Amino acid sequence: MSQPDLIIHDEKDNVAVVVIETTKKAQDCNAWIMENDKTVKISSIAEIPLGHKIALTDLKEGDTIIKYGHDIGKVVKSIKKGAHVHVHNVKTKKW
Amino acid sequence: MEIPKSFLGYKRENGRAGTRNHVIILPVDDISNACAEAVANNIKGTIALPHSYGRLQFGADLDLHFRTMIGTGKNPNVAAVIVIGIEPKWTKRIVDAIATTGKPVEGFHIERTGDIGTIMKASKKAQEFSQWASEKQREECPMSDLWISVKCGESDTTSGLASNPTVGNLMEKLEPLGVHLCFGETSELTGAEAVCASRGATPEAKEKFMKTWNGYNDFILKEATDDLSESQPTAGNIAGGLTTIEEKAFGNFQKIGNLKFIDVLEPAEEPRKGKGLYFMDTSSAAAECITLQAAGGFNIHLFPTGQGNIVGNPIEPVIKLTANPLTAKSMSEHIDCDVSKILSRQMNLNQAGDELIKSTIRTANGRLTCAESLGHKEFVMTKLYRSA
Repeated sequence: MSQPDLIIHDEKDNVAVVVIETTKKAQDCNAWIMENDKTVKISSIAEIPLGHKIALTDLKEGDTIIKYGHDIGKVVKSIKKGAHVHVHNVKTKKW
Repeated sequence: MEIPKSFLGYKRENGRAGTRNHVIILPVDDISNACAEAVANNIKGTIALPHSYGRLQFGADLDLHFRTMIGTGKNPNVAAVIVIGIEPKWTKRIVDAIATTGKPVEGFHIERTGDIGTIMKASKKAQEFSQWASEKQREECPMSDLWISVKCGESDTTSGLASNPTVGNLMEKLEPLGVHLCFGETSELTGAEAVCASRGATPEAKEKFMKTWNGYNDFILKEATDDLSESQPTAGNIAGGLTTIEEKAFGNFQKIGNLKFIDVLEPAEEPRKGKGLYFMDTSSAAAECITLQAAGGFNIHLFPTGQGNIVGNPIEPVIKLTANPLTAKSMSEHIDCDVSKILSRQMNLNQAGDELIKSTIRTANGRLTCAESLGHKEFVMTKLYRSA
C-alpha cells in the first residue's frame, strides 16, 4: 500500500484530510478512503497544510459538509473542487 | 498480539487495585492549601493537592465539591490520605467517607491551632503514612482491576483519523476482559449528540445521556454572548484543521470504538453497574475532566492529542498518544505512544491499538508517563456556579 496524500473517512464524504506536510497547487493527490479501502485521485488547487481539508467536489453556499458520513457544518462561501475547506468558507450549524 | 491478562498493581483494602501508591495531603478548601503544601514539603513521599475552592459553596455545587474530594481520596492509586481543612465539620465529613475504603486517613482542622501547630501534627501523621506506604509491594492483578478513563485534547483532524480510533481499538480489545471504561466531554459531543445517544446500551442510558446533553446545551444558549467560535473549536483546533464543533465531536466520538455505554454518571460519580463503558458528564477542559474521572475511581488515563496538549494529573497517570507527525517530532517529551505512522499507512489501527495496550500495561506496572516525569499534576476542581 502506497502512502496517501489525503485520507477520506467515509465514501459519502465531500471533503478529505491532507496527511502530508502540504499539498501544492495542481498536485495530483492520492486519496485513500478508509471505509472501503479504495483510492481516488484529486487535483489540489491550493497549498493545503497537514490536517486541513480539501473539497472533493464543487460546493455552493448553503451546501452541507459531510465528513465521517455525517453533517459537520454548512458552506458559507462557495468552494471549488480541490480548494481549502476551513473556517473562511464553512460554519457550524449549532449555536 | 495476545492481550496480557494481568498487570502489577497495589492491592487495596477494599478489593480495588492501584497503578500508583500516592500518599496525598488533601486541602478541604483554598485557605488550607498553604498548610497542606507545607506538610508535603516536610515529608518526602507525599504530595499536596492544592485547589481554588471549598468555601461558601452550596447545593449541587457543594455536593460536587465533596464528591470530588472524597473520590480523590478513595481512588485506589492513593495509599493513604491526610485531610486538612479550616473547620472541623467538613474536614471530618471527607475523612469519614474516605475511611469506608479501609485505607489510612486522618483529618486536621486549622481553627484554634493555626497553621504551624497543624503543620506539625499533620506532618507527624504524614510521616507515619509515607513510611507505611513505602513498604507496599506491587502484586499481580487481573486486567479487570484497570479502570481506564479517556479524554482527548488540543485535537486536530489527525485525532479523529487515527489517535482517537486507536483508543477505540484498545477499548474494543480490553472491554471483554472486564475493565471499567469512561469517556466524558459533554460539550464536545455537540453535533454528534444524537449518534452518541444511540450508543446507549439501554433506553434508560440513552435518555439519561440526552437529558445531560440538553442540560448543557440549554446552559450554553442562555449564557453565550456569541457563537462560541473562539472556544469551540479552540484556536489550536483550528490551526490543526478542525473547522466546526460538529467535526470535532465526530472525531472525539471515535474514542469509544464500537462500544455501547451502560450508564451516565454525574461529574465525579463512581460507577456502580459493574464492568463496561460509562459516560460521565464532564467539562471538556482537560484538567477538569481528568480530575473528575480520577475522583470517579479511574486509575489510568489515555489522552490522544493532535496539536500537543501537555496535561497530567497528580494521582491518575495520563498516557499521551498522537497521530500528528509534527507533534510527535516537535513535542516528543510529551508523547508516550506515537501512532503517526497510521497516516502514512505504515501502521494500521489494529497495530496501533496493540502499541497502546503495551504502553498502558507498562504504565500500569509503574513506568512513569511523560507527564509524570515532567512534573505535571494538574488538579482542577469543577465549579458549577457562583458561591453564596
